[in-house]
Amino acid sequence: MQEFEFEIVMGLEIHSELATKSKIFCGCTTEFGGEQNTHVCPVCLGLPGVLPVLNRQVVEYAMTAGLALNCTIAEFSKFDRKNYFYPDLPKAYQTSQYDLPIAEKGWVDITTSQGTKRIGITRVHMEEDAGKLVHGGGTLAGAGYSLADYNRTAVPLIEIVSEPDIRSVEEAIAYMEHVKAILEYTGVSDCKMEQGSLRCDANISLRPWGQKEFGVRSELKNMNSFKTLQKALEYEIERQAEILRDGGVVVQETRMWDDAKGVTISLRSKEEAHDYRYFPEPDLVPIIISREWVDRVRAALPELPEARHERLVAAYGLPSYDAGIITDSKAMADYFDAACRHYGIEPSPIADDDGYRQADQQGKDRAKQISNYMMGELTRLVKEDGKGFEDCPISPENLVGLLQLLEAGTISSKIAKTVFETMYATGKEAKVIVEEKGLVQISDEGAIAKIVAEIVDKNPNVVADYKAGKEKAVGFFVGQIMKATKGKANPGVVNQLLKAELDRR
Amino acid sequence: MSLTKAEVEHVAMLARLALTDDEVAMYTTQLNAILDYAQRLEALDTSAVAPTAHVFPLHNVFRDDVVRPSMEQAKIVANAPEEEDGFFRVPRIV
Amino acid sequence: MKLFAKPAHELHGLLVQKEITATELVEAHLGRIDTVEPQVQAYMTRTAEAALAEAQRVDAKVAAGEAIGPLEGIPMALKDNLCTDGIKTTCSSKMLHNFVPPYDATVVKKLKEAGAPLLGKLNMDEFAMGSSTENSHFFPTKNPWDLNCVPGGSSGGAAAAVAAGEAVFSLGSDTGGSIRQPAAFCGVVGMKPTYGAVSRYGLVAFASSLDQIGPFTRDVRDCALVMNAIAGHDPLDSTSAPVAYPDYTALLGQSIKGWKIGVPKEYMGEGLEPGVAAVIDKALQVFCDLGAEVQECTLPHTEYALPVYYLIAPAEASSNLARYDGVRYGYRAEGADDIVEMFKKTRAEGFGAEVKRRIMLGTYALSSGYYDAYYLKAQKVRTLIKQDFDQAFERFDLILSPTSPTVAFPFGSRTDNPLAMYLSDVCTLSANLAGIPGLSINGGFAGGMPVGLQLMGKAFDEPRLLQAAYAFEQETGYHRQMPQLGE
Repeated sequence: MQEFEFEIVMGLEIHSELATKSKIFCGCTTEFGGEQNTHVCPVCLGLPGVLPVLNRQVVEYAMTAGLALNCTIAEFSKFDRKNYFYPDLPKAYQTSQYDLPIAEKGWVDITTSQGTKRIGITRVHMEEDAGKLVHGGGTLAGAGYSLADYNRTAVPLIEIVSEPDIRSVEEAIAYMEHVKAILEYTGVSDCKMEQGSLRCDANISLRPWGQKEFGVRSELKNMNSFKTLQKALEYEIERQAEILRDGGVVVQETRMWDDAKGVTISLRSKEEAHDYRYFPEPDLVPIIISREWVDRVRAALPELPEARHERLVAAYGLPSYDAGIITDSKAMADYFDAACRHYGIEPSPIADDDGYRQADQQGKDRAKQISNYMMGELTRLVKEDGKGFEDCPISPENLVGLLQLLEAGTISSKIAKTVFETMYATGKEAKVIVEEKGLVQISDEGAIAKIVAEIVDKNPNVVADYKAGKEKAVGFFVGQIMKATKGKANPGVVNQLLKAELDRR
Repeated sequence: MSLTKAEVEHVAMLARLALTDDEVAMYTTQLNAILDYAQRLEALDTSAVAPTAHVFPLHNVFRDDVVRPSMEQAKIVANAPEEEDGFFRVPRIV
Repeated sequence: MKLFAKPAHELHGLLVQKEITATELVEAHLGRIDTVEPQVQAYMTRTAEAALAEAQRVDAKVAAGEAIGPLEGIPMALKDNLCTDGIKTTCSSKMLHNFVPPYDATVVKKLKEAGAPLLGKLNMDEFAMGSSTENSHFFPTKNPWDLNCVPGGSSGGAAAAVAAGEAVFSLGSDTGGSIRQPAAFCGVVGMKPTYGAVSRYGLVAFASSLDQIGPFTRDVRDCALVMNAIAGHDPLDSTSAPVAYPDYTALLGQSIKGWKIGVPKEYMGEGLEPGVAAVIDKALQVFCDLGAEVQECTLPHTEYALPVYYLIAPAEASSNLARYDGVRYGYRAEGADDIVEMFKKTRAEGFGAEVKRRIMLGTYALSSGYYDAYYLKAQKVRTLIKQDFDQAFERFDLILSPTSPTVAFPFGSRTDNPLAMYLSDVCTLSANLAGIPGLSINGGFAGGMPVGLQLMGKAFDEPRLLQAAYAFEQETGYHRQMPQLGE
């Protein structure tokens, strides 16, 4: 990034829907979708006279997220009203937290190509989601009218606000991925971005290298996929850079990514002069969190991505890069751990100086094999299918079954690839596929020697080439032998016997 | 602290109230009278006083995370000024 | 037998003795409504059929020899800001002229369970903002004692209906005096309970931290009976108090000998009509005769109650009333091109002048740069006002004052000057700010108009307020007088 003439300064506001069963202030389901206005009751519709009652689980989840993000949990916290008019907001105020959020002052460590970096978390607060608008005529801008559906209204959210510590698009993505992993690990959110349950806003400004003061920022709203985040940030950075290069001034405003046009557009209008008139929500009472409550939630925290990352490196000897990729997704990390268990990779009963129980070298080699398959072929296949590791058709047990056949020399690595594809398509065990298709590797020297002799006999001119020193000839013979054995011949044995046969001629 | 007509118009915009010129003039006068009256609060030193948001000191009032049936769609949209296929229909947004 | 003139506890006796039927009782009230409603105009909506059906259910129960509850078969009516499932709830506003709630307020549910037939919904100042019921979008309600005078407000319809014999009891809401002041003007009993004692769920919000629902009744015993039915913890209202609720009739009839009654000097100063002052003096003598010790006391921050109230209440109202935007229910203006124009026109056309005035005031008080000077400051002074009461109740069992410095005033006499209208609430606002209970009873008459006597007690001390009021009522008998109407 040094060649870029400006320093990029970014902060992210991540909104995550919580995994509660019911909404934040009423008993309506939080289930995604549903026919319009069927997950709605008088309370979340904001009918005259209704009152909110806070879902305890929202507080628990917010505390869990706060602790997992290394925040301090507030002893005294309260809700406030954020007042603004919009047809997706039934009460014309969003019940949110203003000056006393539930959690503050945390951090996460992210890893990028530049190494590890700490990003500060300013605060985590609880609030309610808004409804959905369907725009007659497609897009918001071209619509003649809109239709409001309040199913999503009052689904609980946490907003995670970062410090302006992010200095590149890569860091922004890594940060978002890391926070997503933490939310998944803790079970606080399902993080289904395609359903809008994880999305973010970004504050972006540029400044000349070395300048202390921040530049004028724009706020980029509502990015709900990593692809959008990347494209929108890249566009916005370049947009601001162009303005500054031309000696212009960036306008402080809210902008939105327009995916169809590939640009960010201003949301400014004369009615947009926001003054949210926050004040304490009189219909809800304060939340007082005891030390005991915090301790209880802390004790229930699962192993978080960082700890898991360290464990995979220490116990299985995985490269940090592999461990990082695997632990960024809870499903992938769970898959890895399950595969290791099935492979019988036993960490030593005695912990090392750092407190880790390491596997022996054989175990580490096996773990690396698992990791290679997961990060390579398996990731490619599930991504193509738009799936996650949680719905992978090859179970961790079956993957290990394949690796065991390979390790025992029952199949060649080339055959393993075919078997793997079949396993993915059918969900069958490797052993079954190998038997059904007769794919067991031929290592019998007598059988292979016979085939080698036949093929060498049939190709005297290639033998002549070989004798003339053309090394390519060997490749030709190996190819022919493999073809004749349908790839089942043990390559090591083939090489050895072929060389002996040719030298004999 | 005196409220100008421009400020009254700004407040009306925040409150989404279309006011006539006469109303703006009237509210400017009336709000100033009420705010003048409220000036007497400034005589009190409240630097050491905590604000009262709730008179009854309750905290941690929660409900359990239990799903209850929602209301049927027909009842939800029954009062809608304009309804379309179970949605609330509104004029264009931008 | 004038059934419409009797209190619930007497009518209950007649029902149990089978001297009357619940159907006769409802019919008597429907007849009374037909007779006096053209003059009084208390009702927004009438629900005669449902009331009769409920009365028949009660009669069947009595006929079957089953016991009935104290309010079972007793006809009642509700202020039109209490949501009633399937029955229009307008808040006397054009904004909600056609709004039919799909749910019952908690108090409505409780009274349905108590078996009280609902006669209808009662007129009020629009969204409970006002002190005269002149702010109803539809029509003003008249004071049954003098049809040229206001019934008070904002629960004017609820007070007038009980005073005129159009319901045995009713419920209203009180944010700054909206039960007590009309009760005083109409010569009936009206109580604003302790904040949190009665669920607000289903009460269309005006100022959430001040609003309370309470009863209008003919006498103190009825007030206690209705409180028994409506008070209690409600899991649907986060501000509902999770305390043990008493039998509100338990202390009725017990002596108040030796009680210390404080009379705040700040409530007896300028603006107090001589006729009202005379009634209060006489009432103090009655309490002395009952064995209580009456002393002057001080609530030093009283003069700040009005500005504090008129910052906090409009601020909360500006937010509570933002949901009336023409999208989901109620009025929507015609011919708006886009959403912002629709919002602005709808709200401009749907709200009346007083509501808009308070929305403007509250929006301003919360707006950027003014929050600390107005809203936060008001909340801090609210603390001081509450402390005044805490200190007073260390010395006194209850505080006694006029409910209003004046008797009911003629229509139109205060509509030009909002501040003058606000000043008529000066004796009642503080109880809402402090969250304490306030009870208004008929303390006597000045120039033929009833004068309200206000008793305030510490939080959750309603049984003792009722005890003292009952003693006064039994001693004086003013509550037995009814206005001459339709005769």
